[in-house]
Amino acid sequence: MTIPPATIRFSGVGQVFRTRTGTVEALRSVDMSIDRHEFVAVLGPSGCGKSTLLRLTSGLLKPTRGTVEVFGLEITEPRDDIGIVFQRPTLLPWASIEDNVVFPVRHKTGRVTTQDRETARALLEKVSLKGFENRLPDELSGGMQQRVGIARALFMDPDILLMDEPFSALDALTREEMGFELLRIWEDRPKTVMFITHSIGEAVLLADRVLVMSERPGIVVENLKIDLPRPRNMETSNHKLMHDYVGHLRSLLLKRAA
Amino acid sequence: MSDTSAVSSSSAPPEPVPPRPSVLTRALAAPGLLPAVSFIAIVAIWEISCLLFNIPSYILPAPSRIAGGFDAIPITRWLDHVWGTLRVALIGYFASIAIAIPIAISLARSELLSRAFYPMLVVVQSTPVVAIAPIIIVGLGSGDLPRVVITCLITFFPLVVSTTTGLMATPPELIELSRSLRAPVWREITQIRLPFAIPYIFSALKISVTLSVIGAVVAEFVAADKGLGYLIQFSTSMFKIQQAWAGLVVLVLMSLVLFQAVVAVQRIWFPWSLPKEK
Repeated sequence: MTIPPATIRFSGVGQVFRTRTGTVEALRSVDMSIDRHEFVAVLGPSGCGKSTLLRLTSGLLKPTRGTVEVFGLEITEPRDDIGIVFQRPTLLPWASIEDNVVFPVRHKTGRVTTQDRETARALLEKVSLKGFENRLPDELSGGMQQRVGIARALFMDPDILLMDEPFSALDALTREEMGFELLRIWEDRPKTVMFITHSIGEAVLLADRVLVMSERPGIVVENLKIDLPRPRNMETSNHKLMHDYVGHLRSLLLKRAA
Repeated sequence: MSDTSAVSSSSAPPEPVPPRPSVLTRALAAPGLLPAVSFIAIVAIWEISCLLFNIPSYILPAPSRIAGGFDAIPITRWLDHVWGTLRVALIGYFASIAIAIPIAISLARSELLSRAFYPMLVVVQSTPVVAIAPIIIVGLGSGDLPRVVITCLITFFPLVVSTTTGLMATPPELIELSRSLRAPVWREITQIRLPFAIPYIFSALKISVTLSVIGAVVAEFVAADKGLGYLIQFSTSMFKIQQAWAGLVVLVLMSLVLFQAVVAVQRIWFPWSLPKEK
């Protein structure tokens, strides 16, 4: 019997950046893995190397030490089966919403088929943006723009979705709404998700597991499984375990900060 | 009494009514009206001052006398002069764009190239075009070529600098997206970097189009047998001051029209690149 390999596995990963003023050790030694279709939130203080984890997984960055494997293969360059959602939506201001969603295929191959356009329209409907296909990004609110960013990341139907504090620029209410919407999409079409955040509540509410990073140089200091029932919704926020998890993580982060 | 106050306090507070703007304020709100009024006022003051203080026309001719300067030359000669300057300015301008944008792309792509050639660009820019024009004319003869080269020299620096800045100002996330898709580099340039540089490119295009007229005129000052710059120089040497002023007015109009043409191109084809109107 073979054990199925984890979707994402970090083994002794260290990352050192060279800057003008010297070197910065972003990651000391990170060991962790994420299983197939697991939703994992990475939590930590700002500047702790959370985004570095994401860039290493995407193949945009090579680790200084250790190995990063995706589907059992060491990652040496970006893969086609990974979608990225950034902190800012960063849409193309001159392109319509639909053109922004099909942008990955236009950029990669130079061609957009009618099939691609149908896929894009279906995705826009899924992120509740039906009827906005021909608008320009400027005409949409921040939350709506980030939905377009999510649709763009989902366009190639990736197995892995990397999200770098995707909702941190949104107001609290929109943020919560977007979280549940993301869960609906994820439950509908399961994907392995690495979700970077600095919000404890958001991490607990969304994830199957929360990894806590230390401040720089980063290591994983906590690996907390979240046993809250799914599907999660507004009710979940009132679940009695929710308070325990949030309390535990908060005291952990506060203790480390002190 | 108490009833009505209760009703009004329970409903939404009344919108404060802004005072009705006066007729004058509303009339002046029409776009372009205010600058037109101030322009006419200045011309009128100019005209009256010339009459009142008896200013000799070789120092400052009155606007009415400048208008007379147009009549001294037949319209076909005018068109000939206008076309002479306009042609050199436009050829130089477009040649400059064709050279500047590829240079900007290579400077933005390679830090090595940028470090190697940027100081040289600054040297070129620091060389006064008026000083180098006679040297270029000696080297390249008296045809169109030296005039186009002079026009290129004066227009190309703002284009290179601004385009390079624009190419570097692309959101890093989109470059990461491009890398994560393993897209070819030329598509990163054409589909992401160049479109993002459009606002920067247009601000340089606006500056350079007026500079191109200056370049053409400077070249005509050195060696030419037609063109508005030539006309002005020729007229002053003959002491036909009104005619020189008339040439100047046409030059200013040409610059304005060219500038507005660039503004119109941006507004029609790149409306998203304009600053947001509040």
